[in-house]
Amino acid sequence: MIKARGLQRRFTSRGRTVDAVKGVDIDVAEGELVGFLGPNGAGKTTTLRMLTTLLTPTAGEAQVAGCDLRADPVGVRGRIGYVAQGGGTGPECKVSEEIELQGRLYGLSKADAIARGKELTEQLDLSGLDQRLTKTLSGGQRRRLDIALGLIHSPKLVFFDEPTTGLDPQSRANLWEHIRTLRSEQGVTMFLTTHYLEEADALCDRILVIDGGEIVAEGTPDALKARVSGDGVVLGVDDDVTDRAAAIVGRVDGAHDLTTLPGEVRFRVPRGDTALPALLRAFDAEGLTMQSVQVQRPTLDDVFLTLTGRSLRDSESTDGATGPDGDTRSDDTTDSGHGNDDGHGGHNDDEKDDDEKDEVPTHVA
Amino acid sequence: MLRDTWLIFRRDATLLSRNPAWLAIGVMQPVLYLVLFGPLMERIVTSTPGFPPGSSWTILTPALIIQLALFSATTAGFSLLADLRNGVVERLRVTPASRVALLLGKVLTNGLTTVAQAVIITMLAFLVFDLSAPIGGILLTLVIVAMLSVTLASASYAVALTLRNEEAFPALVNSVMMPVLLLSGILVPITTGLAPDWLYAISRVNPFTHIVDAGRAGFRGDFSVDAMLTGSIVLVVLMSLCVFWGARTFRRENA
Repeated sequence: MIKARGLQRRFTSRGRTVDAVKGVDIDVAEGELVGFLGPNGAGKTTTLRMLTTLLTPTAGEAQVAGCDLRADPVGVRGRIGYVAQGGGTGPECKVSEEIELQGRLYGLSKADAIARGKELTEQLDLSGLDQRLTKTLSGGQRRRLDIALGLIHSPKLVFFDEPTTGLDPQSRANLWEHIRTLRSEQGVTMFLTTHYLEEADALCDRILVIDGGEIVAEGTPDALKARVSGDGVVLGVDDDVTDRAAAIVGRVDGAHDLTTLPGEVRFRVPRGDTALPALLRAFDAEGLTMQSVQVQRPTLDDVFLTLTGRSLRDSESTDGATGPDGDTRSDDTTDSGHGNDDGHGGHNDDEKDDDEKDEVPTHVA
Repeated sequence: MLRDTWLIFRRDATLLSRNPAWLAIGVMQPVLYLVLFGPLMERIVTSTPGFPPGSSWTILTPALIIQLALFSATTAGFSLLADLRNGVVERLRVTPASRVALLLGKVLTNGLTTVAQAVIITMLAFLVFDLSAPIGGILLTLVIVAMLSVTLASASYAVALTLRNEEAFPALVNSVMMPVLLLSGILVPITTGLAPDWLYAISRVNPFTHIVDAGRAGFRGDFSVDAMLTGSIVLVVLMSLCVFWGARTFRRENA
């Protein structure tokens, strides 16, 4: 569906040159749901805009949905759907008008556009909103309308740019459900960008991790997580026995990355769940008591940390604190008009809650 | 391309009909000129030598219509800036629709709006005031106004897409349009009898002067080559250039 080689984009503004995307190779097979994961300003949107013909690559080439990106951009446009980051509906337009217009711009007849629109609005829980102005819809409804518009011509390949940015956790979970359903019912190949780790984890078959305009890793969520060696375990003990506890842990098969703080022992082990019972017995034998145990499955955040040396959330907050770095600025120049930077800060909190779902706290008396 | 143009035209026209208040607000200014400034002209025109032929109403009404076209069409870019902000432009650009159609559909809506407003003003001048003008001449002037509106709206969209800045855009439009407006002799015609030589010379270089002259000639029923030719040529050339400029800007990547 997508085959890109050495796709590259350079921006020059006010005498400064920025390589927003430094030559990426992307392969997406038919029917796949591939996620493009990276912090703000990593080059996700720029890459997506190149693949959707909105931006001409500085170098490189790509086949998208069977058409050559450079030679036949109109062919590409007719075969793909694109759901932009900030949406794309006129606030004073009625839902039905936007749907019909979109269908007809893709060459459908009026009757076909209306019929297909009805099908999609039913699937996306938008029935009965036909006559509403889009400005009166809720954030989640409007995003689902954006998706309906992107799918109106039954494309085989759909691009989503940050589909759930700016939505509350409930709407986000709801949207994920819709994306999964659309995919299983309509067999659409999907390519989405996200800076939410749990989104990539929950939705995608395969993930491309992009940082600083380059793809730094690629694989299934599980394969990527396997790169972080094993589960993280945190033991809580009494302060004065920390050293003795650490000594016991040191004898556990495969335990590594052992660190201690007063009252806390952290280490990694290939299988946290099977290592624990033996560890408990060993503690018993030495007459030590564990106050608490946490086993943490590796998250994509750990993966990002392993790959780039910083956590995804850190690279986000650095952007916010010190102003946009070079890459962020280049993204800004390409999509001035969608002020989504505003939306990000507030959502890191939501994200935190969801991220911890992989954590398995086990309290031992 | 025609189909896409029609679809975009219909979208913009529907939006416009949903907020007819904007149409009315656009008409307000020329109506005020007509009511509060027109009667003043009546005396001045008869007692001052140097005015072009015709009554004060045949001089003022077409000028006000053209002024209206200048104002409303040059600010058309505002709606495009809003569309850019909402992501509508991007959404339309990713469809296979012709880029030229995306522009033409919009400027045709602007042309239609201006003509509708011009009809209201002309009717008012006709019914309430002492305007007498041949219907053929009025129709011709309406065609001129429609073309002018398409011309300026195209330019306005091109500027808005290039600037992409909701503060800089009106500042630029104002600083360009103010001298153009004054130099086209809209309120008081700039003739050899009224203006000093240097002012007359500058006004002749302003293309809009010739368009205003042609509009006035239409209202007094003067279809002679002398009165119409320059204005028509200027308008056709200007329109071709501006639509080409607009279309090129719409076609350009990242626009």
